[in-house]
Amino acid sequence: MTIPITYYLVLSAIVFLTGLVGVLIRRNIIAILLSVELMLNATNINFVAFSEHLRDLGGQVFVFFALTVAAAEVAVGLAIIIALHRAKDTIDVEQFTLLKW
Amino acid sequence: MMLSAHDLFAILPELLVIFAACAVLALDPITPAAKKDGLAWLSLGTMAICMGLTAARFGSPTTAFGGLVVIDNYSCFWKLLLYFVTGLTILLSLPYLKEERIYFGEYYGFVLLALSGMMVMVSGADLLTIYLGTELMSISLYIMAGLKRADAKSLEASVKYFVLGAFSSGILLYGISLLYGSAGSTQLPAIAAAIAGRSPDDSLLLIATILIAVGFSFKLAVVPFHMWTPDVYQGAPTSVTAFMAVASKAASFGAFMRVFVEGLGGMRANWSLMFLLLCMGTLILGNIVALVQTNVKRMLAYSSIAHAGYALIGVVAAGRLAPTEAASAISSVMLYIALYAFMTFGAFAIIALLRKGGLEGDEIEDFSGLAKRHPFAALLMLVFMVSLAGIPPTAGFIGKFYVFMSAVHAGLTWLAVLALVFAAISAYFYLRLVMVMYMREPEAGTALLPRFVSSPALSIVLACAIAGVVFFGLYPDPIVNLATQATLTLK
Repeated sequence: MTIPITYYLVLSAIVFLTGLVGVLIRRNIIAILLSVELMLNATNINFVAFSEHLRDLGGQVFVFFALTVAAAEVAVGLAIIIALHRAKDTIDVEQFTLLKW
Repeated sequence: MMLSAHDLFAILPELLVIFAACAVLALDPITPAAKKDGLAWLSLGTMAICMGLTAARFGSPTTAFGGLVVIDNYSCFWKLLLYFVTGLTILLSLPYLKEERIYFGEYYGFVLLALSGMMVMVSGADLLTIYLGTELMSISLYIMAGLKRADAKSLEASVKYFVLGAFSSGILLYGISLLYGSAGSTQLPAIAAAIAGRSPDDSLLLIATILIAVGFSFKLAVVPFHMWTPDVYQGAPTSVTAFMAVASKAASFGAFMRVFVEGLGGMRANWSLMFLLLCMGTLILGNIVALVQTNVKRMLAYSSIAHAGYALIGVVAAGRLAPTEAASAISSVMLYIALYAFMTFGAFAIIALLRKGGLEGDEIEDFSGLAKRHPFAALLMLVFMVSLAGIPPTAGFIGKFYVFMSAVHAGLTWLAVLALVFAAISAYFYLRLVMVMYMREPEAGTALLPRFVSSPALSIVLACAIAGVVFFGLYPDPIVNLATQATLTLK
């Protein structure tokens, strides 16, 4: 029995929206980073599901690249967060108010 | 798939830039502090070689890596612009980094890595390459924004840029994954073939289009996805801001138009409506909010948002015109961004030059009496402001003229009129700066600082920017012809 493609799409949509809402409402920057990762992983679910559905390997190749990019992004992001934490002793985004409209 | 000599030769400029970036990173630790400028000259030499290589490619389109990369006139046009802007950035950085006391040789490595990402973006013909290019550019820029490590503002800008950039990449990538599912491929020509004749109400395709548009809107800083722009532009070192405002915007427009014209051309009825709304919002908010800014970098950030709105007019027109006529609308956008590059870069170079001895020099107050303190810098800033406002006979007017004409051709005369009204409003905040420079007395303490243009590198940057603004304002034919030859065709 194969699992219909829509199941995967619904799962990935739920994961993606969890991440999206997380980015918008969380105040700890590490939690925001985790939420972004959720969004990227939702994408990977999509790619693999479509790849299987379409019988096309392109989607799986894309996942490898997406994973690598996500790792690079997190490495740089954490480095920036550490630098900011050293300067300001907080990682609460509400406190980052030097620049404002 | 085997690598062939043809493939490697096709991406020779990219390889050279990446090689130079690695060389800069490797040489940095073993270069004595007094000789770090050599790294900048190495980067600059790479720009000159790449410019020659890419100019030689103009007119002989080819694809490589099985369609992942395409080297056509369109990508050559953007690459030439990017080399030019990167060269100016390196020259501007030479004196500016010393003023800011940023002694990282890696800086030039990041500039080159960001450039290589931009080059991949504009010559990518597959969503995979375009996505990778976007990320390579963005990740390098996140780091560059935070290079003033002692300055909390710079770090804050870096974090904000990173969070919103990663967020927008997530949205873009989700859109790409849905498009892949809907069209069965990530190659733009294959997508175009797969969606040809699809109903415009195909919900999966529509959601994918919207998400990809949102992802790109963040990169282009289009309202309502512009929130990061003023903060990042203000906090980042000025040389980086200039690079972001010009090069990253140009590359994003290059990739964005290729995706929507070559890949999603079949959905143009939908996306032209979507971009029409974004464009109106951008014109209105960008120009209105710029009126109340007190910091020049922030004002220019809102100005760059507004300019993305003007350029979007051409994209909207391209979606409405018949495929045979859309090419001229696309070339008007390319022309607009190329001319915008000269004036915006020049304006940021003046701000960089005002940074002297710990004084920030980016508040509007800091410009008061500049005409008395340094008449030449004030005159240059006057020309850049007049050009940004779109007053003839400057390059800014030519850019606006062609974009507005394409709107009129597409039956969007009302949009051209609206944009014209907002261009008139924008003149207020551009000319207010001119008024401050010419009508106010210099503030005590800032008066009669030592010579401003203290380095030949900065003089070259300003000379290039002003020459572009004035020359193309009076005689735009060369760049208009170039953009016309390099435009994309809607299939």
